[in-house]
Amino acid sequence: MDRDAALFEFLLRQGDTTLILAQRIGEWCGHAPVLEEDIALANTALDLIGQTQLWLGLAGEVEGKGRSADDLAYLRDAWDFRNLLMAERPNRDFGHTMMRQFLYDAWAHPMLTRLAASSEPRVAEIAAKAVKETAYHLERSADIVVGLGDGTDESHARMQDALDRLWPYAGEVFVADDADEVLAQAGIAPHPEELRAPWTETIRRVMAEATLTIPDSDFAHTGGRTGRHTEDLGHILSTMQWLQRAYPGATW
Amino acid sequence: MAAARLSRGHVVSDPAPSPAEVREWLDQVPDPEIPAISLVDLGIIRDIAWQGDTLAVTVTPTYSGCPATAVINMEIEACLRAHGVERIALKRQLSPPWTTDWLSEKGRARLEAYGIAPPQPAGGPDRCPRCGSAHVQKVSQFGSTPCKAQWRCTDCLEPFDYFKCI
Repeated sequence: MDRDAALFEFLLRQGDTTLILAQRIGEWCGHAPVLEEDIALANTALDLIGQTQLWLGLAGEVEGKGRSADDLAYLRDAWDFRNLLMAERPNRDFGHTMMRQFLYDAWAHPMLTRLAASSEPRVAEIAAKAVKETAYHLERSADIVVGLGDGTDESHARMQDALDRLWPYAGEVFVADDADEVLAQAGIAPHPEELRAPWTETIRRVMAEATLTIPDSDFAHTGGRTGRHTEDLGHILSTMQWLQRAYPGATW
Repeated sequence: MAAARLSRGHVVSDPAPSPAEVREWLDQVPDPEIPAISLVDLGIIRDIAWQGDTLAVTVTPTYSGCPATAVINMEIEACLRAHGVERIALKRQLSPPWTTDWLSEKGRARLEAYGIAPPQPAGGPDRCPRCGSAHVQKVSQFGSTPCKAQWRCTDCLEPFDYFKCI
């Protein structure tokens, strides 16, 4: 795999993950348990959509076939998406949504910090912008995981259940393939394995404070980063893409 | 400053306005979401330069997904056209990323007068923008726009927006 092919793949992985996660947490708009959390979730989704525009915009540029960020978001099918499986997991309850957000933020923050020093300047400038937003997301999602984990019996049980359900999806980010090797060699992105230590440290610290037990298994579902998805992604795309599919090129 | 339209039908511009002059014009354009401050106060106008007969204005986004970005670009263009500038290039610059350190002193004072506590390096407002009390507490890390958080004063009991420090 050459550098540009690996870079294109990488940009889709970044942009598709932020896009699908944003779409998922956007589902809470108007439904969150309290108004402040509703606004916070919508604002987090908005930051992620902004990051998506930057990642997918650059993906289209690198691909060189004239596809825009919108074309990539609205006109590809499920098998072309490269998002992490965790991003497409259904929301379930608020605690589950925030646990997923925390597991993602705890990875995204060290990832973006390293990407800000990427040998590819266009990647570095997007990461330098996004990492400031993600630092804020991490602070909030960690606070909520602690608040609910170390909360009532009911909230504790729900957060433990959320962690147990999501844990098998958390390790996908550390499983490297050819594209990751090419990117690491070229200094464009860190090797996925490099992020395991800082991620684990954050997870251990926050789960201890939240009085939650980390599952004793490192089994990881994989496939999202190579286009093999769960059924859930198709349902997200049908909601997200129907207008552009029904009325191609529609603008407002 | 506006281009003078001659009766023969062609347009003659006055001497090209200097970048400093253009900056003053843009200092009159309110931020679409927080109209108390101008685009210049917000610190998002990174460069103004003539490139041949084209006026290039470089703008940096505040938050990557801020929906005001598109409106801001339209307002810059409308302002420049109203002043007779015909060839305009708007450029987006991501790096270095925008920081609230670039808010002008005038902008910070206007924010507070408008009821929005200006950003502080400590990460929270130093006082209530309404009564000045230092007894404030965080309600939520996010507010009505991506750049704000919600706080409340425990003396006058009023809720208020805080402009997040990033």
